[in-house]
Amino acid sequence: MAIDCLVLGAGQEVGKSCVVVSINGKRIMFDCGMHMGYLDHRRYPDFSLILGSGGSGFDQALDCIIITHFHLDHVGALPYFTQVCGYGGPIYMTYPTKALAPLMLEDFRKVMVERRGEEEQFTSDHIAECMKKVIAVDLKQTVQVDKDLQIRAYYAGHVRLALEHMVSSKPFLPSTIVIGAAMFYAKVGDTAIVYTGDYNMTPDRHLGAAQIDRLHLDLLITESTYATTTRDSKYGREREFLKAVHKCIAGGGKVLIPTFALGRAQELCILLDDYWERMNLKVPIYFSAGLTIQANMYYKMLISWTSQKIKETYSTRNAFDFKNVTNFDRSMIDAPGPCVLFATPGMISGGFSLEVFKHWAPSDKNLVTLPGYCVAGTIGHKLMSGKPTKIDLDKDTQIDVRCQIHQLSFSPHTDAKGIMDLVKFLSPKHVLLVHGEKPKMATLKGRIQSELGIPCYDPANNDTVSIPSTHYVKALASDTFIRSCSHPNFKFLENSLEDGNGGSRFKFGNSELQLQVTDERVAEGILVMEKSKKAKVVHQEELLLMLGEKEHKVQFAYCCPVRIGSLEETKSTDITPTNNRLCVTGRCLWLRVLFARLSSEFSGGNIQDFGEYLQVESFQVSICSKDNCPNRITETQKNNSEDVVYFCCTWSIVDEKIAQKIISILENFDYSTVQGTGGFT
Amino acid sequence: MKFTCLGKGGGFHYPPCHMLETCGFRILFDFPLDLSALRIFSPVPTCFSSSLDEETPSCLGSDCQKGEENEKPLIANDLIYAEPWYKTVKNLHLWNAAFIDVVLISSPMGMLGLPFLTRMKGFSAKIYATEATARVGQLMMEELVSMHMELRQIYGAEESDFPQWMKWKDLELLPSALRERILGKDGGELGGWMPLYSAVDVKDCIQKVQALKYAEATCYNGTLVIKAFSSGLEIGGCNWTINCTKGDIGFISSSIFVSGHAMDFDYCSLKGNELILFSDFSSLDATENLDNDFSVQSINDLSPPRNNSNNCEEFTRSLLAEDNLEEREKLAFLCSCVVDSVKSGGSVLIPINRLGIVLQLLEQISDALDSSNMKIPIYIISSVAEELLAFTNIIPEWLCKQRQEKLFSGEPLFDHVKLVKDKKLHVFPAVHSSELLMNWQEPCIVFSPHWSLRLGSAVHLLQRWCGDQNSLLLLENGVDAELALLPFKPMAMKVLQCSFLSGIKLQNVQPLLETLQAKFVLFPEELKQISFSKANSFSLLCYSENETLHIPRLKESSEVDIAMDLASQFHFKKLKQENISVTRLNGELSLYHGKHRLLSGNKETRLKRPLVHWGSLDVESLLTALSRMGIKATVEQGMSDCDRENVSLVNVHEPGRAFIEIKPASTVITAGDENLASLIFEAIGSIVDGI
Repeated sequence: MAIDCLVLGAGQEVGKSCVVVSINGKRIMFDCGMHMGYLDHRRYPDFSLILGSGGSGFDQALDCIIITHFHLDHVGALPYFTQVCGYGGPIYMTYPTKALAPLMLEDFRKVMVERRGEEEQFTSDHIAECMKKVIAVDLKQTVQVDKDLQIRAYYAGHVRLALEHMVSSKPFLPSTIVIGAAMFYAKVGDTAIVYTGDYNMTPDRHLGAAQIDRLHLDLLITESTYATTTRDSKYGREREFLKAVHKCIAGGGKVLIPTFALGRAQELCILLDDYWERMNLKVPIYFSAGLTIQANMYYKMLISWTSQKIKETYSTRNAFDFKNVTNFDRSMIDAPGPCVLFATPGMISGGFSLEVFKHWAPSDKNLVTLPGYCVAGTIGHKLMSGKPTKIDLDKDTQIDVRCQIHQLSFSPHTDAKGIMDLVKFLSPKHVLLVHGEKPKMATLKGRIQSELGIPCYDPANNDTVSIPSTHYVKALASDTFIRSCSHPNFKFLENSLEDGNGGSRFKFGNSELQLQVTDERVAEGILVMEKSKKAKVVHQEELLLMLGEKEHKVQFAYCCPVRIGSLEETKSTDITPTNNRLCVTGRCLWLRVLFARLSSEFSGGNIQDFGEYLQVESFQVSICSKDNCPNRITETQKNNSEDVVYFCCTWSIVDEKIAQKIISILENFDYSTVQGTGGFT
Repeated sequence: MKFTCLGKGGGFHYPPCHMLETCGFRILFDFPLDLSALRIFSPVPTCFSSSLDEETPSCLGSDCQKGEENEKPLIANDLIYAEPWYKTVKNLHLWNAAFIDVVLISSPMGMLGLPFLTRMKGFSAKIYATEATARVGQLMMEELVSMHMELRQIYGAEESDFPQWMKWKDLELLPSALRERILGKDGGELGGWMPLYSAVDVKDCIQKVQALKYAEATCYNGTLVIKAFSSGLEIGGCNWTINCTKGDIGFISSSIFVSGHAMDFDYCSLKGNELILFSDFSSLDATENLDNDFSVQSINDLSPPRNNSNNCEEFTRSLLAEDNLEEREKLAFLCSCVVDSVKSGGSVLIPINRLGIVLQLLEQISDALDSSNMKIPIYIISSVAEELLAFTNIIPEWLCKQRQEKLFSGEPLFDHVKLVKDKKLHVFPAVHSSELLMNWQEPCIVFSPHWSLRLGSAVHLLQRWCGDQNSLLLLENGVDAELALLPFKPMAMKVLQCSFLSGIKLQNVQPLLETLQAKFVLFPEELKQISFSKANSFSLLCYSENETLHIPRLKESSEVDIAMDLASQFHFKKLKQENISVTRLNGELSLYHGKHRLLSGNKETRLKRPLVHWGSLDVESLLTALSRMGIKATVEQGMSDCDRENVSLVNVHEPGRAFIEIKPASTVITAGDENLASLIFEAIGSIVDGI
């Protein structure tokens, strides 16, 4: 099983975002946009590629469509796809997107049909019918599309990371740009991906923590517009804009702000309305069309989808109740006195904004503000490229342009740092770049691969990228295993020095304590596979019971001879047993000596003294009194038995290392070192 | 897993309160206040102030009468004339608040007692509520505090921590009806009384609440995955699902299938849980209400349970939509009564605090006034009304489908926006605000708190209008209506008691539970008799108040997900027992979103030698195995302790000396050389099974 990404649009370009992703057999279409730069078939994604050779319909080919936000390059082809191509399955988008997308689509349709006189691609009814199929979702709402497919929306307006620091103390204009813009998370089985759509990583000081969880992702599909440019501060740009507007109206001029009805208009309007309040300005602000007024209605209800700062205003005065804003009438175009006018469409490609432009452009008192990006061929594009004094509208009409031009550089897109931060934060296993200019994407791809070490792809349109998906093997687990793993049972291996004067008391003093923490509880688990049964993990102690077998203990033994010489005279006085356990003097004594010795030299585990024997984990050592101990390998001379003490050791395979260490200590055991380190007086 | 019902509550305003212990965590569901208990107190004495001066001492003087066996019916002067205290869930003080890990708040009503809990020493639980519940709940608490302040101004600061009326001597003298309300049937409820929290407590409490989006999956401690789904009861009201390694649990609070304001009861999302905690006591209240007979005018709105022959499959929304129809008819009837009243020149007081009902009544009453061409002002008097109304218009995510459609067509979610704009609806923070006095016009229709008729501006207006026979009081149905109206008697004012749907209807309970396909259902004992007409597909566990119930385990076994890359490295060993292969695990076990996962750790892999062996070791096979490895060994006969028959000794001669002592259940290898020991160990491992 794998993840296959078929890029139908926005592959190495900007426009008509559309990626079809199959995750473990589930197919999701992310965005269904149109390309604003083309008028022919290239305007729409090539939907026929979705249908395989099978010849079944789109409903069988796709499990759902997810739309990230209401921009036309993300939703523009949706009515065409549902109503003309006939897709009837579920479509998911956030509440604001569902509310505002039809406005965008209808506006676009009107411009196409009524102003440009094109044949319509879809009707108003198509838009309405299409929107009926849309299921609105809330942010972070976990939607179970079907048994296996789960999706979730994350706030994309202010994606920001906890690690970012706030630098500016000045208030930012909160981004209301694309209200309801979301990143979408999709999960099938154990495989998970995130598709970002457009997002904005500009910090907003009112938002605290990250807006997307740290998810375990196999793939991140991210936009890459403005991939290599890092933009200047937003606050600076806003101030510049306000200064330009204020200067113009102070000089009695008129300000024309061509915008689309949604997004930028509201953003600038909040900015101006607020500025008007603060500066106590009385110059009227107008909206050209009912559309924007209507859009404000939506924004008012959806205020909780904007930034925290705006959201908090709802009860006292909804920030989208613009006090200083009124409707504009065509008859007011030539009325005297300064004013500010918002007019559609945004790039002065026709319609009302062009009409007003014709009247206002010849006066040098007036100001036209232009959006950051204008499509080639529009008046906006002409104004941005150089400073023309005359613009030819058509063969017969020429406009004198003497007015000032202010270019806004606000953009809803993120910058390279923002993308890098997001990728770093999410740390997906793979990254796929879409929605960007080819050379910039290549640069970004290089950075992601070299700086973050994450495989990255930037496929062209109609290409497919396949990446492996994550899977887990499901197994049952016994309570004993889970319990033993969940409860801390670290082993502490420490090097410590014994203080001879205090018996067995440990003194840590200035000697460095080396603490080694080991935790190998998982290795106590055994995975059992039985035919026609579910795999099960049991604790090793439960295994035999489960199998119905009896344990066969395999142990090691070694009876180690130690030459001790004649020590009889010192042992009874110098070495005081640490406890009052009764034991045969001689045997116990040697064990005490060993204990003291091990305590100082051995660091592999906790040595326990049980009187008759010493124990470290499964390793046991006792004094052997049997003459023919079966564990005695070395032939000993009977006549020297006085000088030899046998330490009989047994252990299990687990503690082989411990045994080796202790036995090597035993073999090098001689009284002189005991005396030296033990510190007898 | 253990479950304890701390209180079964009573009605819409006092939801039940439970404690669930699972996966080592304690989860508290809701912490409400019993505000109906406020009715033992005397309301704000503005109009009666002159008479009270005389009455109060006589109240003390008539003590002896009150103690008598045959009591007279309660009179207004029997009510406690003191700053009110508030009654919380009585049994929670048996639990240590510091040991609660999670609090789940299902509705704004379930939140009203929360500041008492959050201000307790050691309280550190995580509180979850939907964003709408958190906001509405906060406003309700703030309103409660501000209404209480008004009373405090009258009574002055409290003299001691222990009010006079709570002393045993005084309690004994109270009429038994009031005494029982204070002490409960067994006298155990006295400890549940508290002086009201402060505005600061409310603020602190709200800061501790984590607001959740609709169906947002939040994870507590990596173990519990908690989600809220709409219950339909009130805006923001929710049911919960809790997923943990022990199983999936669904909690059903009072729910309404089709609502006219809040998002409908999303029962589909509760499907597939192993355990359902059913906590909708509303049908119990409904049946109790039926038995109550009041002298006041009332509408009998409770149709007898329908003969429900529908089986689980036919449990569809069309059946449930009838609830909504019934509710709509009820509201329409209320509106007609309101219009009739104002037509006759009387004002209407609506002390109803159910947000959804108020919002719908506002729309319908103004429609009714419009259609009968009347220009009657509607007032809302509450310190938080403005904010509450504004809030209801910005939460489309928590509203029912019709309201959401309004969003998509660009209309306000509720009509009150337009009513305020058209100056048909006026919102004032208090009855004494100057704007109200300038605007005031009678007859009028007033929405005003509090439904207990002891707090808020409703008290003042009731005192103003109780003598007017043309006026109308709309009162929520409740057992205490008689007591509620006591201080305002004799009343000429008309009283219309109405009850609204507050949960799942009895006849829908069983089909619902069948639909949810749970293994176990925890169900209130009181409702058991009347809820189930036929056998169930689930096992029913019945609970009673303050009894801890042990819930059988939901899953036979826990589950662990093993990462593919790790699993592919496992070396399985086929056992002698056919069809079984085993392998020792490695890696790291983690708990992520309520799931155990075994991921490859970065530790070096352990030595691959088996640690546990089983079966018996055949000496001959061992010798063969050893010789194959180039080890020469012989079985030693006639050892000294070979009187134990089943002991064999193997002597190894080459390449070094070693002994192998073989007993039925154990083998001991003795070798001077480590490598030899390892070889022998390996040889044994090839004969017996081991891991």
